[in-house]
Amino acid sequence: MIVHALPPRALEALVVTGITVLVILSCSSTAAAHGFAGKRFFPATVATEDPFVADELSLPTVSWRRFGASEEGPAVRETDFAVDMSKRITDRLGIGFGATYKVLRPGEGDRQSGFDNLEASVKYQFFTDAGHEAIVSAGVDWDIGGSGTRRVGAEPFSTITPAVFFGKGFGDLSEDMRYWRPLALTGSLGVGFPTRSATRLVDDEGEESVERHPHTLEWNFALEYSIPYLQSFVKDMGIGAPFDRMIPVVEFAMSTPLDRGRGGTTGTINPGVLWAGTYAQVSLEAVIPVNDRSGKGVGWLAQLHFFLDDLFPHSLGRPLVSP
Amino acid sequence: MMSPKPHRCTALEGVRNVLRALAVAACVHAGAAHAHAFLERATPAVGASVHAAPPKVTLRFTQRLEAAFSKVQVLDGQGKRVDKDDGALGADETSLSVSVPALPPGRYVVKWRVLSVDTHVTEGDFAFQVQP
Repeated sequence: MIVHALPPRALEALVVTGITVLVILSCSSTAAAHGFAGKRFFPATVATEDPFVADELSLPTVSWRRFGASEEGPAVRETDFAVDMSKRITDRLGIGFGATYKVLRPGEGDRQSGFDNLEASVKYQFFTDAGHEAIVSAGVDWDIGGSGTRRVGAEPFSTITPAVFFGKGFGDLSEDMRYWRPLALTGSLGVGFPTRSATRLVDDEGEESVERHPHTLEWNFALEYSIPYLQSFVKDMGIGAPFDRMIPVVEFAMSTPLDRGRGGTTGTINPGVLWAGTYAQVSLEAVIPVNDRSGKGVGWLAQLHFFLDDLFPHSLGRPLVSP
Repeated sequence: MMSPKPHRCTALEGVRNVLRALAVAACVHAGAAHAHAFLERATPAVGASVHAAPPKVTLRFTQRLEAAFSKVQVLDGQGKRVDKDDGALGADETSLSVSVPALPPGRYVVKWRVLSVDTHVTEGDFAFQVQP
């Protein structure tokens, strides 16, 4: 809501001022880690939720996709610009916020743009097994209904999604399977609960229809192969920069309606590569829809992601409450 | 309602300015070398097979280390420690070495746990082989 109450110039000034303040604050005392279980470093995935709590900022995430014409509307090309920030409250408890600015270019008619609903989340990392490179967290995501722009599809109602998140590295495989050790699997399983079961729609000719909002099963996972892990813990293959920090990945972001006139599963499969530097990570993925309802043709997704715990280890990058 | 074009330009300018601020922050902190220490290179190399082990096992990291909280051990195939327990940082504080005696043929495991100067802990292990 705040986003829409502020003129764009004022919003810009506010964000830049905030970043500047954070830079100043960073010059102040100890820190811990992001995405680690033992020697396994889990990079931040782009299309699926991370299993760990961290101090990280994705700015921006840019995606481009096409959707074919359907009963719900004409064919459209969609470009999204998103920002997401996660912050640790304690070593195990974190919160997150996200906003996405959408630009819709329909085949016919005017371009539409505006913010999608804001998102807020809380996550608790309750299990970490260093020896088996395993992490399990539980959390809730809140898509804040009415905080976005209706003309770009932001829903007037909220959706609450409790979920379980997991990460597992394969570093505990036997010696004869050592070249599989750099593999890791992360993912989440959650159920989306819309706060409204249906919306009554009236078209230009006065005809009424009802759009139903089912509960949804949100199932996402990512399979990644870490070149840094290969070279640091298995076998130094002599792979040099910049390839020595690359992590090829395939992400699966899927949603299946469970009731209320449920339709079929929608989602995308995203093959790509993550490059994890010291302070930031760069990601580039193709976005392949699994069916016609999920999109048309291959899109793409790119992200610049900052490790705040490395950039600001003594201030913003440490938990708000330290033991 | 705002016209689309000015709105788009403002949003892009905003993102650009925020990125500029983060880039400044990254540069400022790059000089201070504040980050997790990852293993960059090792001697003997990770997973290597050598005819004779060098007198020292040396690990080079991506960040400066805290000597008091950075440890390295070399274990033989039975899990028995074989290094001389004299681990020390190099002059640039990014490398950690430990002396080893003349190692007989076999498989050895190097285990390390280090603390970078900004208190980030990382750990790991790798094996190397001494051939007959």
